[in-house]
Amino acid sequence: MPERTPLYAAHLAAGARIVDFAGWEMPIHYGSQIEEHHAVRRDAGLFDVSHMCALDLIGPDATRFLRHLLANDVAKLATTGRALYSCMLNESGGVIDDLIVYFFTPTCYRLVVNAGTAEKDITWMQAQLAGFDAKITSRRGGEDESEKKHALAMLAVQGPQVRERFWAAFPASRAATESLAPFHACEWPTDKGLWLIARTGYTGEDGFEITLPASAAAEVWQKLIATGIKPCGLGARDTLRLEAGMNLYGQDMDETTSPLDTGLAWTIDKQDANRDFIGKSALATRRAAHQFIGLLLLERGILRAHQKVITPLGEGEITSGTFSPTLNQSIAFARLPIGSIGVPLGSEVDVEIRDKRLKARVVKPPFVRNGKSLL
Amino acid sequence: MNIPTHLKYAASHEWSKAESDGTITVGITDHAQEALGDIVFLELPVIGRVLKVGEECAVVESVKAASDIYAPVSGEVIAINQAVADVPESVNSSPYDNWLFRIKPSNPTEMAAQLSALLDADAYAATL
Repeated sequence: MPERTPLYAAHLAAGARIVDFAGWEMPIHYGSQIEEHHAVRRDAGLFDVSHMCALDLIGPDATRFLRHLLANDVAKLATTGRALYSCMLNESGGVIDDLIVYFFTPTCYRLVVNAGTAEKDITWMQAQLAGFDAKITSRRGGEDESEKKHALAMLAVQGPQVRERFWAAFPASRAATESLAPFHACEWPTDKGLWLIARTGYTGEDGFEITLPASAAAEVWQKLIATGIKPCGLGARDTLRLEAGMNLYGQDMDETTSPLDTGLAWTIDKQDANRDFIGKSALATRRAAHQFIGLLLLERGILRAHQKVITPLGEGEITSGTFSPTLNQSIAFARLPIGSIGVPLGSEVDVEIRDKRLKARVVKPPFVRNGKSLL
Repeated sequence: MNIPTHLKYAASHEWSKAESDGTITVGITDHAQEALGDIVFLELPVIGRVLKVGEECAVVESVKAASDIYAPVSGEVIAINQAVADVPESVNSSPYDNWLFRIKPSNPTEMAAQLSALLDADAYAATL
């Protein structure tokens, strides 16, 4: 039986085309993926991301545990509400998942992990908790009444006009969120429970990600749409994130790749030499096996995952590819041979698309930021 | 769902129209364009290519996926719709006006059998 978010009925009412995504019945678009993409780049878009899994980590050893569990270091989260992006690695340095962790107090954190990996993540975290005094609780809801009562929904509002529209819908939130810096969150008490409003997102635009009681989600969804924010599906979310240079778990990275292979070396924090996180010793001897880079197709066609890339240093592979609505041409992430220097930026490579070889230029992601081409 | 009754359909979602000059015009159905979503690229066959019935001969790419198009009858490609290749999204707005290619059947008797093997509108609707 596929899972549904608290907004499933709202999606159907808005004309969503529903697809299976990691066992969840989610909207892929509400008519046009491209129009939704442009809405986020030019105005304001609304995503249901309740399929992602919020986890609460609470206990005296919460900080010590996360410093052991994650490749990035939560010790840098000194102020309440600060957020950090990190990979969670296995012992060999492969990526079990990528996630965002929010800091409340040294004994209380919120983690948000991917939908398709949530069960695996929780099992892994529980196994690593031995010897630490802390407890992990899923907030995605479940079968029993207590879990249902505490279930959370997540909405993302993204785009250059989002802040004004959000404040038009919820004027009382303005004081709490107006001075919120990027990658920071604040708690906002409402008559329908406590909301966490974070200035984070997955589109390369300004915006908020709001975690709120599941029981309030449908009403909030309607209120945001009434301000003119356009509902957007997972299709637009994928083209937006690729333009913005953001990796997708399962496609651009997995347990066989290390953060070094997927452009995420910057998330490995080795500042504290005394900190021993899972995967650290493997990374000490593991070098990047590939160069993770962007491609811009110079001819007509569409780049897709798993297409072969032919370079002077050997063959590579596309990990994510799509049509970029903002650039009106095809873009991709690819793993290319690294050699001694890698394939230089600006050079041209061939991509095998069916029985043809098409030219693509090697570029550095991101492709688009805040609505503007970076090429 | 728009399924015109004067056309024939393949289960793989191509429509075929028998023209008065004996050629067959081919496009994709309303159902196909809706399932694909925003169409952004068409790869059409080369004029002069000789196709066998059921052969992969074109590709329709939407933002999310690539979909193969199969020849509904055997014959030679005598025309492609370059105008629609230049504006692929027109297939989304009007799938039955924006044909993709035309085939001149290699054998009229064989073509009649191949056309009759295709589905009429009701039979195609029943597959959806």
